Amino acid sequence: MNSKNNKLARKKRISQNIAFGIFTAISYAIVALLFVILAFIVIKGISVISWEFITAMPSEGMTEGGIFPAIVGTLCLVFASMVFAFPVGVLAAIYMNEYVKDGWIKKIIKQMTNNLAGVPSIVFGLFGMSLFVNQLGFGDSILAGGLTLGLLVLPVVIRTTEESLKAVDATFRQASLGLGASKWQTTSKVVLPIAFPNIITGLILSIGRVSGETAPILFTVAAYFLPKLPSSIFDQAMALPYHLYVIATSGTNIEKSRAMAYGTALILILIVLISNLLANALRKYYGKKVKMN
Amino acid sequence: MHKIESRNVDFFYGETQALHDISLSMKENTVTALIGPSGCGKSTYLRLLNRMNDLIDNTRMEGSILIDQKDIYLKNTNVDDLRKNVGMVFQKPNPFPKTIYENVAYGLRVNGIEDKKIIEERVVTSIEQVALWDEVKDKLKKSAFELSGGQQQRLCIARALAIQPSVLLMDEPTSALDPISTSKIEELIHELKNQYTIVIVTHNMQQAARVSDNTAFFYMGKLIEYDKTKTIFTKPAIKQTEDYITGRFG
Repeated sequence: MNSKNNKLARKKRISQNIAFGIFTAISYAIVALLFVILAFIVIKGISVISWEFITAMPSEGMTEGGIFPAIVGTLCLVFASMVFAFPVGVLAAIYMNEYVKDGWIKKIIKQMTNNLAGVPSIVFGLFGMSLFVNQLGFGDSILAGGLTLGLLVLPVVIRTTEESLKAVDATFRQASLGLGASKWQTTSKVVLPIAFPNIITGLILSIGRVSGETAPILFTVAAYFLPKLPSSIFDQAMALPYHLYVIATSGTNIEKSRAMAYGTALILILIVLISNLLANALRKYYGKKVKMN
Repeated sequence: MHKIESRNVDFFYGETQALHDISLSMKENTVTALIGPSGCGKSTYLRLLNRMNDLIDNTRMEGSILIDQKDIYLKNTNVDDLRKNVGMVFQKPNPFPKTIYENVAYGLRVNGIEDKKIIEERVVTSIEQVALWDEVKDKLKKSAFELSGGQQQRLCIARALAIQPSVLLMDEPTSALDPISTSKIEELIHELKNQYTIVIVTHNMQQAARVSDNTAFFYMGKLIEYDKTKTIFTKPAIKQTEDYITGRFG
């Protein structure tokens, strides 16, 4: 009996160790992969990074100078897309999670949102060109590009907001409604403040997504080269991902601008990284504040 | 004259019938305990009294429930007003992530009371009513999460009392609390009985015996027996009730 038990215990221990070993190895492999990619970009691109690189106009057929207009363009596009996607997405999620009853309407909206998330980004680009650029006559502009990018991340905003709202314990809603509060009072005074840190996190993560997208801006806003900064939302703009594509594949001197391409990639990654760090910091800050209020 | 009166209440979750023909009446300023094994329908019944089940999709209720002689399930019933009159305390203490003061003031604010003096007066009175004042008077502006579980639950009761309901529903209010906090809540129930009609769901038979005037025993969605608590616990009329309270099942 005892030897049988020992045998079983050993068998359990071995299978446990194997499973843990595999999981650990995979986790470290993922981290390692990320570091390899980052290191690759940093090593190849760090040489061009300078104050001038991020604050100067491109010159000499984009083989010299900086990428300032592309940085500004990307920031403008991120801002424009969020001004559109954030309110629409959050309100849609509130409607879906707090107001609609379970049933076929909710199912259809959910399914459509998921489908929207699966549409290839180049299709968004074509749609944006057709609707915003041509049909509505915005032309190639920050407005058209921002709206297209906004449509692209709308499902992301809706889904992260929905998840944040779902995470709010139902008894908070019941307690509020139980005090005679209306549904909107409950949503705005109790549910949203609790969900806010997570909603903000979702928003900032979608900023990372927007700043890296190339296809949707290809036909709607991105300029090959612009000697000046955009002055209104109806202007074209350069953007980091497209600029990277241009100097890597169809620049005036691809070999010469190779390092600049990696430098551009590095800046793009930094923007995403910074926005992620910001997301974490904000979540912590508001998480504390919600408790205190 | 009955404060709460239910007549032939059936309740369905989708196709599943959770309550069968419940007729149950409660007098003003009494404590009624609802007991029975898990899933017997006692919480479902409790939640019908402030229409909390409205929040669950695909549910249906038949029969009628009257509070102060008014049918609360009529089309033109103002549910917000009903819930103002019928306060609720939940199983787990669930103060809002706000300050202690704002937790109690919340119900007043959402019901349109803006006068700061009135709000402050009601907040203080309600916190005093639940015997929490001495413990929190110096930290009203602190987060309610800093209180212990028992204090939080008393704060939740104060929150419900602030809007001056006449009925108080308690859904296993002490199941998440330690014995000392539990006995404080039970003492509180004794005090509150003078002003409120209380309906309490409990899994704890001793608690039902200690705090209630009348006890209703639910089993499988049916009201098996309803009588004075003393009678239920000393000479129940029905075998099932006796089996349950003596611990033979459930």
